[in-house]
Amino acid sequence: MPVYTEMKKIQINEDFCVNCGLCKVYCTVEHSQTKDIIKAFKRENPAPVPRVRTESNGDISFAVLCQHCAEPWCVYSCLTGAMHKDLESNAVVVDEDKCVGCWTCIISCPYGILTRDGDHRHVVKCDLCPDREIPACVDNCPNEALTLVMDIEEVCQTVI
Amino acid sequence: MRTRYLIIGNSAGGIGAAEAIREKDRKGSLTIVSDEAVPAYSKPLISKYLSGERTIENILYRPAEFYERNNITFLSGEKITRLEIGSKTAHCEDGKLIQWEKLLLATGGKPIIPGIKGLDKEGVFTFTSLGDVMAINKSLTRGQKAVIIGGGLIGVSASEALFKRGVDVTVVEMKDRVLNTILDEHTSFLAEKAFRKAGIKVITGHTVVEVSGDDSITEAILDDGATIPCDLVIVAIGVLPQLVLASNTEIKINRGVVVDRYMSTTCLNIYACGDVSESYDPVYDENRVIPVWPNAYMGGRVAGFNMAGVRTEYPASTSLNSLNYFGIDIVSAGLVTSPGEDYEVITRQENDMYKKVILKNGLISGLIFAGAIEQSGILFDLMKNKVPVEEFKQALLSDDFGLASLPQKLWKEKLQT
Repeated sequence: MPVYTEMKKIQINEDFCVNCGLCKVYCTVEHSQTKDIIKAFKRENPAPVPRVRTESNGDISFAVLCQHCAEPWCVYSCLTGAMHKDLESNAVVVDEDKCVGCWTCIISCPYGILTRDGDHRHVVKCDLCPDREIPACVDNCPNEALTLVMDIEEVCQTVI
Repeated sequence: MRTRYLIIGNSAGGIGAAEAIREKDRKGSLTIVSDEAVPAYSKPLISKYLSGERTIENILYRPAEFYERNNITFLSGEKITRLEIGSKTAHCEDGKLIQWEKLLLATGGKPIIPGIKGLDKEGVFTFTSLGDVMAINKSLTRGQKAVIIGGGLIGVSASEALFKRGVDVTVVEMKDRVLNTILDEHTSFLAEKAFRKAGIKVITGHTVVEVSGDDSITEAILDDGATIPCDLVIVAIGVLPQLVLASNTEIKINRGVVVDRYMSTTCLNIYACGDVSESYDPVYDENRVIPVWPNAYMGGRVAGFNMAGVRTEYPASTSLNSLNYFGIDIVSAGLVTSPGEDYEVITRQENDMYKKVILKNGLISGLIFAGAIEQSGILFDLMKNKVPVEEFKQALLSDDFGLASLPQKLWKEKLQT
């Protein structure tokens, strides 16, 4: 019998996105060492990297972030086992200590949203901000171009 | 013993299949047999073990409790010597018999050993298993000189590991450039430059014809008569399918074990995946052996679903590679050089960034990204799904290429907006 779980999902609403880039700014701060906007952008070395990207084409714009795919190619292609589905949250997460930075997941990601960290030692990706109730990008979007929804997903029965 | 699912091989393909089976069938008895005495480990990371950057524990592909948690009988250090297809029985070297209902051959590849004189001497190693690097590790002493035969991914990976251990390394590649099957001229040159800059010697366009010395080796002799003093030789020409179990059975073999789009061999209830198998490659439009890790896992996953009774088609199987040696990041997939006039090649280069895409009839058939690699995944996905790109091909390599560069219908579908 399949088991289902509620999962956080960030919904992209392109009609409201004005490409202001605040999602990137606050994602960067949230994933910085100091969590201080000035220090994160001006002092930290290596510089923290945002896990969200904004795109525009003519008058269309939207943010792109990890879709935490049900069939995650990044997980299947990972050479080390670092990239995996978290059993509790069902999110696709990377064990940064286990990752060797081979970048196989980067070429496998259909959204092109996995990035190298500032030192190019391991991959970084959206972790849905585990320390926050509402992810930083959603929380700081002035226009509700990013919203948090709860999705029902089948839980993977294989225990990794 | 009897088992519903028997998986021979405990690397990417075998684990991919086991995980897929357990997603669909929690209870059916599942046995993985490996002739190695360790839990599944990441083969690409054996170089990190040799370099001293990782312990064995840190190159394990799955946590140690993986087998127990998923109710898998793991027979490690067990060698199967013969398959009896009619009675569905595997014969082990120690006399054990295993009867299967569904069988997966995930036996992987074996290193190619060329007919070079002197390769039987002490100090000559291959570089494809943990056993290999443990043996190399044991033999390492200070101030050694190594010759690596073969400048492909295995050779380069061995070179980097030995170099990090303080060994003086010379790579000898037969063709005119290193990594010639996964990179084009420009990126091969980039890689070679980075190796030389780091201090690795690279000789291209020559072969080693003899490894000489009395008991242990003292030098490698090249085809032009040149000699390279060395006390360590790594044979890194590549791998061939490990066909010993499938040979002399009804299972059809070409270069590898032939499988259909469901990873099924020509024998009912017998499947194959990974380096031992030969599956359809849409880019080349023919069956090919593609010995790369992600393909092995995906093939295993598809095989596992089909073994568990959930009919699943293998999505696409073309090679993809990525490398990160001495500070250069390069990814490639499919074709890396244009095979002829029906192909269109677009390239873009700026400082350390290089991007190339190969098109045929408006579809992507190959790509290389160096330096800025992040957007490569979108192109790989377009290639995999055979999405026509003619309309926006000029944008494919631009800095701001993204989902917004695709037709609206496509990105809306992808992002579910």
